[in-house]
Amino acid sequence: MSTLLEPFDYGFFRHAILVATLAGALCGLIGIYVVLRGMSYIGHGLSHAIFGGAVASYVLGVNVILGAGVWAFVSALMINKVSRRRTIGADAAIGTITTASFAVGLILVSTYRSFVVNFDALLFGNVLGVSQADVWLVAGVGVFAATVVFFGYRQLLFSTFDPEVAEVSGVNTGRADMLLAITLAAILASTMSVLGVTLIAAVLVIPPVTARLLTDSFSRMLWISVGVGTGSGFVGVYLSYYLDWASGPAVVVTSAAVFAVAYLVSSFRRRLPATVVDAHVG
Amino acid sequence: MNELIRLEKVTYRYGREPVLVNVDLSVSAGEFVGVVGPSGSGKTTLLKAIAGRLDPIAGRVVREPGLAVGYVPQVETVNWYFPITVLQAVLMARVNGRVVPWPSKDDLREAERVLERLGLAGLGGRHIRELSGGQQQRVFIARAMLRNPKLLLLDEPTAGVDVRTRHDVMHVIHELHHDGLAVVLTTHDLNGIAAHLPRLVCLNREVIAVGRPREVIRPEVLERTYGAPLEVLSHGGMPVVVEHYPEPAGVEEVEATARVVPLREGHHEHPA
Repeated sequence: MSTLLEPFDYGFFRHAILVATLAGALCGLIGIYVVLRGMSYIGHGLSHAIFGGAVASYVLGVNVILGAGVWAFVSALMINKVSRRRTIGADAAIGTITTASFAVGLILVSTYRSFVVNFDALLFGNVLGVSQADVWLVAGVGVFAATVVFFGYRQLLFSTFDPEVAEVSGVNTGRADMLLAITLAAILASTMSVLGVTLIAAVLVIPPVTARLLTDSFSRMLWISVGVGTGSGFVGVYLSYYLDWASGPAVVVTSAAVFAVAYLVSSFRRRLPATVVDAHVG
Repeated sequence: MNELIRLEKVTYRYGREPVLVNVDLSVSAGEFVGVVGPSGSGKTTLLKAIAGRLDPIAGRVVREPGLAVGYVPQVETVNWYFPITVLQAVLMARVNGRVVPWPSKDDLREAERVLERLGLAGLGGRHIRELSGGQQQRVFIARAMLRNPKLLLLDEPTAGVDVRTRHDVMHVIHELHHDGLAVVLTTHDLNGIAAHLPRLVCLNREVIAVGRPREVIRPEVLERTYGAPLEVLSHGGMPVVVEHYPEPAGVEEVEATARVVPLREGHHEHPA
């Protein structure tokens, strides 16, 4: 037992596992809206865009997390603006803006080689770099995201499912989109140090997709997605300690394993006669 | 009859392209109006204008103060794989006035009442994809009805459905109209739906004609609306629109022939 609890003796590990668990929960929560809006690629794109923002902020002497968050938010707004032109699809807009932003980051890294900060940690995630301040930051973003989803639940659901009718019914869909973009940017920027910008998109997408395989109800999907994200964050970082893996890949591999199990379960349920499924699942 | 909504010389544009030009139209309480016109004629835009979704670049839209409008979109635009049950879809209409995510007892009671009214009792827990075509359309009518509207707008409620489903959906809409609801719907179905409505609007960016079906379903009006010649016959006092398709060039007559090939014992011929 003491061997299993050994990693918790270290302060850095307690911080890392707390941040990864919170990050998994947050990505599972906001990822629902990202996936159901058909924006899975935006998570991937924005996570790359914030790398450019983080490096540029460092060069300018601005707080890296804050700069990355603002950069991600501005990128999200630009994607929204560019994709409204019908000649340019949303996927092309995301590809152009976020890759350009990532490229700016890489150019800055290669130009200013005398960095004190190790940007590899931002790319792939690193548990060693998590401080007490990071824990408070992610916790604060978590409270913000939970508040947005709790009080905006009905508006976000309606504008995700049927934006046209939502607007007719009095939902300010523009404000809902904006709120979602701010929350997404805040989550990506605050969790990038543990999960890594190249892998965070997977943490954003895999839990909701796993949940979707297991339920046809939106509210249940939300809880399952948060549960899968939370569990993957905790187990992933825990495994990374023993297997000496980078924390980001460990969390992604864990959630991918849960997805594989859910896929098998849902395939098995499909083959069962409807009455058996109703009796055991309904 | 008191007027619910009035469009005065309303013009809309998407980009540089005019979609509606100088449209005058009014809808009164308890009216049933059908809007017909070709694809791209501005039918959906007209519904959105009535719903208050768009601001005109010219003209004005006058609404009865506090007018509640129910809007039923084309089911073809619905994402049927979205994780949502019938009850969850209907309760979306109660989007305002309550800050917590879960519905109130009143909301649930009202949703159950509307579902029962529309013949969907007991289906609240089903996923929307698991319903028949007519039931799926009724879910979205139920969602609109949960807003307690005085005016119900339906965008092509019978598009892409079979005759039985069309009958089922139109029966529900007529019942709601008989209960006092004003209805405006768009349709491409001139014979099956438009000819049976009390009032029709022929639209092609501008209003070509407004009136009873017998007054507006006429060859000259339809040619101006659709840009193609259409023949109108009369059947039991009802106008019936007949479309003529040009025959393929070089084919004057197609004759069907059959040849009986006797099968000999022990020998089977296979058609080429």
